Amino acid sequence: MKTYSGILAALFTTLVILGCGGGDKGDEILIGEFGSLTGTTATFGQSTHHGLELAVEETNNAGGVLGKKIRLLVEDDQSKPEEAATAVTKLITRDNVKAIIGEVASSRSLAAAPICQQFKIPMVSPASTNPEVTKKGDFIFRVCYIDPFQGEMLARFMYNSLGFKKAVILKDVKNDYSVGLAQYFRQTFESLGGTVVAEQAYSEGDSDFKAQLTALKAAEPEAMFVPGYYIEGALIVKQARELNMTMPIVGGDGWDSSKLLEVGGQAMNNTYFSTHYSTDDTAAAVRSFVTKYSARFNERPDAMAALGYDAGLILFDAIRRAGNTDGTAIRDALAATSDFTGVTGSITIDERRNARKPLVILTVENASLKYKESIQP
Amino acid sequence: MSEFLQQVINGISLGSIYALIALGYTMIYGILRFINFAHGDVFMVGAFIGYFVAPHVISLTGGSLWIAAPIVLIVTMVGCSALGVTIEKLAYRPLRSRPKLTVLITAIGVSFFLEYGGQLVFGPDPKLFPTLIPSSSLINTQHVVIGTNSIVVILTAIVLMLLLRFIVYNTKMGTAMRAVSFDHRVASLMGINIDSVISFTFVLGSGLAAAASLLYASVYPSINPLMGIFPGLKAFVAAVLGGIGNLAGAALGGLIIGITETFVSGYISSSYRDAIAFAILILILLFKPSGILGRHDRDKV
Repeated sequence: MKTYSGILAALFTTLVILGCGGGDKGDEILIGEFGSLTGTTATFGQSTHHGLELAVEETNNAGGVLGKKIRLLVEDDQSKPEEAATAVTKLITRDNVKAIIGEVASSRSLAAAPICQQFKIPMVSPASTNPEVTKKGDFIFRVCYIDPFQGEMLARFMYNSLGFKKAVILKDVKNDYSVGLAQYFRQTFESLGGTVVAEQAYSEGDSDFKAQLTALKAAEPEAMFVPGYYIEGALIVKQARELNMTMPIVGGDGWDSSKLLEVGGQAMNNTYFSTHYSTDDTAAAVRSFVTKYSARFNERPDAMAALGYDAGLILFDAIRRAGNTDGTAIRDALAATSDFTGVTGSITIDERRNARKPLVILTVENASLKYKESIQP
Repeated sequence: MSEFLQQVINGISLGSIYALIALGYTMIYGILRFINFAHGDVFMVGAFIGYFVAPHVISLTGGSLWIAAPIVLIVTMVGCSALGVTIEKLAYRPLRSRPKLTVLITAIGVSFFLEYGGQLVFGPDPKLFPTLIPSSSLINTQHVVIGTNSIVVILTAIVLMLLLRFIVYNTKMGTAMRAVSFDHRVASLMGINIDSVISFTFVLGSGLAAAASLLYASVYPSINPLMGIFPGLKAFVAAVLGGIGNLAGAALGGLIIGITETFVSGYISSSYRDAIAFAILILILLFKPSGILGRHDRDKV
């Protein structure tokens, strides 16, 4: 018995020492990042991480924040909500990070947000657009627009710019982002006078969509709306084209990944999707970001990379203004962010901790992306 | 009507793939009386062999898919057969005299080993499978579209099933397989080498899984180490539905499951698709446990 208690005591001491190991080690500020570095939406996590890394390197080269260097600790959630919750708990309780950046997918941000709120650690989501995310508490922020805006603008785009009145929807029922976007799209499209003649569903990870597509085709739509992520999006468009559905297909910002064109290829022609910025933008901030990013990672930055970069810079700016690394102080500084010039536009955090930003629509022509238009909020 | 026809075509194309996988389940059950739960993962490994081999073969053959696709098919089938035989030798053979439950649980272990080992070796994110079947539409009326994909899938499945039937019913090895499926001990008394018959069964079953994986990956070109789980389960349901141990039953079961799934997705809701597939399994087990074509006095392989 004595040996056991001895071992237990030793274990406990180790845990306590490990537990205290993180935090500010004198000249460092620890920032946690959780993201989908692997799994079904791997490019989201990887791009965000690259963008964030660039932001950290630039900030540190320019002298850091509050005289300290930023150190980024990254955890992979494998594109799974339950892993996201574990990753964030670990970052906060074991690594003692001062703030959290993540996730792209709303379902994963929704899993992590209550934990950050409970520990009073500010969380900045780079790209989760579902409105519920920031409703989880006053420590949860985002630097992107939200789905009611995105859904409305896509519906207006389809009705006004493309001129279609009969649409169908194919959504991912397991995904908060996709379900929300489908709902907001439908509301606006119908209030404009259009009709959604059929709606079908799939689940993330499916690969056969022909049954749903055949049913949608029978409704004779003029255009199709596919809110969801890029792998399924590309497979859906591909199979739709195989079924001779040549109509324009519209997606949301979940399509923005280099994998979209890699999987979809020429089938992606005549599709449109909303996103957060365009690499063709001539603004000085965008030009310099695209140049630096391409030089550093040898690839074109997609929207998630740009948002990861912006999320990092906004957080570091807030810590600078807060003057210390206390969670509540950082939260107050984040909430006061106004007219911050980011790569993805001018960012002002509103009273609901969301960002009001313009939306960019891209189109695919001859298997490459083209800038279509920008819509101001 | 045109929508109905199109759904039938979609269903047959999906069902043919399930049928090919189901044949592997049913043959191994026929011989060894246990469900090889690692079968779906052998299917997954097949897709990855194709993924790594195809680009080299395509460049060697100068981009001619007519020559490249069959070569990739053969290489993948050989690779998967080797894997199947290895699994049997290392994991199942030492346990052959043990209770069936022990082997069954080992099969689940092998399944996890391949899934998570696959994540370690291939990486967990989805990969784009190279094009082996150029996608264009063969029949393209205003209402019904039949793509080269569907035709190649259905034809390959039919050819392989006929070939399997020939092997099982018209060759010496096939006769030995049928004998072993009736009674191991009596068969071995008749001079049949049980070990080689069992290895041969794994060669056939895994080879068919390999072919199914290439067809599946050509139609749905995003592959990952966990892709075998659901097709594997569906094919297992198909094998039980048709009558486990019965070859024609597995093919029929595969088609029924494929068409049912397509109809449920197309006419009801895709959310119920998997639920209905497994409800069929429960109903079959309740009311006709031997399956549609399964009868105890029929010859089983």
